[in-house]
Amino acid sequence: MAKVPLTFTLNDAEIGVFVVPGSNLLDVLRRGAGDLTPKEGCAQGACGACTVLIDGVPHLSCLTLAEMAEGRRISTTGGLAVGPELHPLQTAFMEGFAAQCGFCTAGMLMSAKALLDQTPNPTRDQVIEAISGNLCRCTGYEPIVDAILTAAAKMQGRTA
Amino acid sequence: MTTVEFRKDLFADERDDTLHEIGKPTIRQDILGHVTGRTPYFDDHLFDGLLHMRAVRSPHHHARIRNIDTSRAAVMPGVRRVVTARDVPVNLNTLLSLINFGRDDEPLCAHDKVRFLGETVAWIIADTERQARDAVAQVRVDYDPLPHVLDVEEALKPGAPLVNEVYPNNTFDYHGKYDHQKLRFGDVNAAFARADHIVEAEYQMSPIEQAPIETCGAIAAPEQNGRYVCHTNTQALFFSLGTTAKLLDMASSRLHFIGGTSGGGFGGKVDSIVEPTAVLGAVLTGRPVRFTWDRYEEMQVGAPRGGERWRIKDGVMADGSIIAREFTGFFDSGAYMRLSPYAIIKAAGHLPGPYSIPNIAANVFCVVTNRTPATAMRGFGITAADFAIECHMDRVSEVTGVDPIALRLKNAYRDGDMKAHRRVAKNTALIECCQVAAGKAGWPLSADLAAMTSLGGGQGDRALIPETATDEEGRIGERRAGRAPDTAPSKRPTGRVAAGQAGQAVVAVPVQNEDMQIEVDRIGHAIAASHGAPVASPAPTYARQAIAPQRTGADIVPPRPAAPPQAAPVAASRAAPPAYAPPSQQAAPSAYAPPPAAPTPPASPQAAPPAEKPYQPDRPFSRGVRKPGTSPFLSGTRRR
Amino acid sequence: MAIHRGRGFACINYPIGMNLGGDPAQALVHSTPDGKFMVALSAIDLGQGMKSVTRQIAAETLGVPVEDVYVDTADSDTGPHDMGSFASRGTHRVGNAVIRASAEARKQMMEAAADELEVNAADLTTDGRGNIHVKGAPSRSITVADTATAAQFKQGRTLSGRGIFLIPPSDADPDTGEMTPVTCFAHAALVIDVIVDDETGEVEVTEINSAYEVGRALNPRLVEQQLIGGAWMGVSHALYETTEPYYPDRSHGPEDFNTYLMPGPGQIVPHHIAVLERPAEDAPFGGKGPGEMCANPVLPAIANAIYNAVGVRCDRLPITPEKVLRGLQANGGARPQGGNNGATQGGSMPQGQR
Repeated sequence: MAKVPLTFTLNDAEIGVFVVPGSNLLDVLRRGAGDLTPKEGCAQGACGACTVLIDGVPHLSCLTLAEMAEGRRISTTGGLAVGPELHPLQTAFMEGFAAQCGFCTAGMLMSAKALLDQTPNPTRDQVIEAISGNLCRCTGYEPIVDAILTAAAKMQGRTA
Repeated sequence: MTTVEFRKDLFADERDDTLHEIGKPTIRQDILGHVTGRTPYFDDHLFDGLLHMRAVRSPHHHARIRNIDTSRAAVMPGVRRVVTARDVPVNLNTLLSLINFGRDDEPLCAHDKVRFLGETVAWIIADTERQARDAVAQVRVDYDPLPHVLDVEEALKPGAPLVNEVYPNNTFDYHGKYDHQKLRFGDVNAAFARADHIVEAEYQMSPIEQAPIETCGAIAAPEQNGRYVCHTNTQALFFSLGTTAKLLDMASSRLHFIGGTSGGGFGGKVDSIVEPTAVLGAVLTGRPVRFTWDRYEEMQVGAPRGGERWRIKDGVMADGSIIAREFTGFFDSGAYMRLSPYAIIKAAGHLPGPYSIPNIAANVFCVVTNRTPATAMRGFGITAADFAIECHMDRVSEVTGVDPIALRLKNAYRDGDMKAHRRVAKNTALIECCQVAAGKAGWPLSADLAAMTSLGGGQGDRALIPETATDEEGRIGERRAGRAPDTAPSKRPTGRVAAGQAGQAVVAVPVQNEDMQIEVDRIGHAIAASHGAPVASPAPTYARQAIAPQRTGADIVPPRPAAPPQAAPVAASRAAPPAYAPPSQQAAPSAYAPPPAAPTPPASPQAAPPAEKPYQPDRPFSRGVRKPGTSPFLSGTRRR
Repeated sequence: MAIHRGRGFACINYPIGMNLGGDPAQALVHSTPDGKFMVALSAIDLGQGMKSVTRQIAAETLGVPVEDVYVDTADSDTGPHDMGSFASRGTHRVGNAVIRASAEARKQMMEAAADELEVNAADLTTDGRGNIHVKGAPSRSITVADTATAAQFKQGRTLSGRGIFLIPPSDADPDTGEMTPVTCFAHAALVIDVIVDDETGEVEVTEINSAYEVGRALNPRLVEQQLIGGAWMGVSHALYETTEPYYPDRSHGPEDFNTYLMPGPGQIVPHHIAVLERPAEDAPFGGKGPGEMCANPVLPAIANAIYNAVGVRCDRLPITPEKVLRGLQANGGARPQGGNNGATQGGSMPQGQR
């Protein structure tokens, strides 16, 4: 099948790749654009490990047609840190021991970032709602919820 | 929501809490990689020209394979290679053959017949995963379905379908003698006869999926010098390497396995199936090959925690003393043995749970059925047995009217008690756990129960091995011939083992040379000479007259106020718990202390411990030299 | 139709390591020229923290700061043999191998430092902050970095160590089952509170109070991670998970995360944990692996709590609403058991008042 050109912005970098029509965005990001931070956990849209932001909105990249990314702005965990400086969410996950095997972490961080971008001061229930599409098998979720709330507080403190 | 307290007051005299790094809440070494998404999992290694491999799977529980027609699949777009059992050099293995346990019983690819739904019968290697899937659908397999058996006890009946020819009785053969593992201690039948109550029940655990978020997978590629590299998420690198070498008849030195970082395992990544498959693909194509399970395969084809059925029969006195306990256990191993027969020995050694019961008998069967083979999972061999035992304890509690925790404390094992596997219990702490949990929950305990300790066991009969009734029921083959209908331990014992009969406990091999022995005063707890110390070293003697400065958990996690176990009284109330106080110097005359010969005796808590290095969780661990202006998060795992 | 509260208890012990032995673990330790130490293993970190706990064990044994140790796992060309991460053997077996390898490297480090300071190696000690000094005379000291540099470029000496830990293989007796299954045991006990809806059969775990004895908490936060995550998995096993809901019938098996049920972040259970530490003689710094045992007591405690709440014995896992309802039906309704178990609010209440 003839490949088609596809251009999009990935964490502030302009990306141009050729893709097989019908490819999913996760494959294009990982194998086409070389951003290995989104993970494939189920390829069924059920685990959330592949979560990326498209124009700031969380999407399951394994269920997203790559062509839908044309001209859009895609954010992944690979772009969360600014140079060597970690995003407050990353710091909170580190200090809060909010990851064990780490496989769900990148998707978890993207869902959390989308929440905090829209709702800088979320309630616990809003955090739970935001990550309810992201499965974690190791932590029991509580350290993750706590870390997101910690990051939110820290970010509020900084801007306040 | 969750609170954690560290009860440093308990067993304080057995511990030195002044170590430098041990006991610190040091941040995880791998966490920076996790939060930046840079941790390299097996699939995060990119190869040019990567091929994708998919399995053709059996739609039957049990069927003879008449013919496999791959001609249509072979000419599908993108297909590079069709692989069948003929391509596997040594197509028979058992996982534990590497430790010389069990017989080879499992092919990597079925050839004569399939024994479970989803078993591999062929593979397709293609340019893309989608092409591989499309070609898989074009493989035509002509099956002759056979009768199948899915229930463990049905499989034991004389006329049951034979699942795996390597185990002709549908059971693992233990010690070349019996179709089950026996445990015998004392005489349960005599004890049942004098018990006030008999309590019997059956418990069942269905198969459970490990469900790591990252499925099992591997990428293999030709390396230089005739070697193959394999990136894998195995839980057991050398198990997978050794299994691959054996199945592919390849010197292990030609295999370079890279892993060590796994997106969750929980036991489901021990089986070493994806690694030999991916390396086989790389050998046959000369190209990098990725073989990974999709979520369906992980759920239904990848081995689960197997089903287990346990029957327990207790003989109990009116005061709640359990005087006899009998188990009949069935592990559902599925079509192949893998790790199940080994876990059964672990389970048999675990019985009767953490209790001192003077008469124990158990028969535990590893049964072959036409089901997805079972494998390890968190608590393997123990989880279902503990479910059965602890549910059963509550049944005994109900029958005798003894409070559930009181019943457990009454029967709890303690230091010095003899266990059913004929080794003395030591280092026990069940009683203290019960007391602390009861105290936290405000579950009232009587004063005598609250004052119990694990240290005080081994009195009288508790330390002795009783005369034991034995039998030879269930010899290999008897059951299939209809001559061993009963699965429970025998009611007509035919032999006696004299009281007190036991061998020596096995301990670790001593260090290879004395340089490898850590100084005893830096271990942080008391050890006996037989443990790890080289023969030449004198046994350390711990003078316990000095008082070491005691650190509480206060600098780690603020302790949640709670009643110490001695103080878990009838009126324990969570509203006003007695405040937890670290043991004062005066109150701890038996506190752990280094040997008197130690050059820097802990004179006073003010002077002795050096100023502690502050814990800095926000200081990321970095390896090597950081160049100004570069990101420490760039990793070098991309390969093009 | 009502909501019923119930309280259940369970306690367990757990054998640490592959039973019957025969499962060696090796470790190699060497220093860089500037006194940092690399630990090469083929053990696997699958989230339990193998890299982190062996790093702390190595640092403690070497007597250097943890920041100066890096653990590399699982390259079969460089990491020496290990059986793998299963059966709670990692901390115990690999940890002991790392102690031995680190002890040998420390011995060489102290000898190199002794040469530089012109004293007897037996008179030296480490301060755990990167310095080696004469016992009782902290001013007569040399840094680990200078020691390593001198060893490498001046003395021609490596600071390295090998370690292996093996419990020799043994067997079980065919007739009595006599064996040495393992060398140490972890312990746990917990009290679980549930509410059971007698109309829907749904069970909700409302609180856990627990005590876990882990030998020594080598890293308290890693222990905490295991205990919290393990209790979550225990709840999940007890109430939700199976690949064969009608076992031994193979039908209706879940094929994805939409049908394989697990509790989500909205079902976090308040959990009050106490950690007890009774060091095991042959375990590294006394630490027993808590990773496997922590889920086990949760399953029976939930079953016992359900019986306490509604009088239904749930002997088949998982305890689905269907099984609870069938039990209620067979009993002719809920039969709360009560008992003097300290439950804050016993008994039952109408729906909508929980």
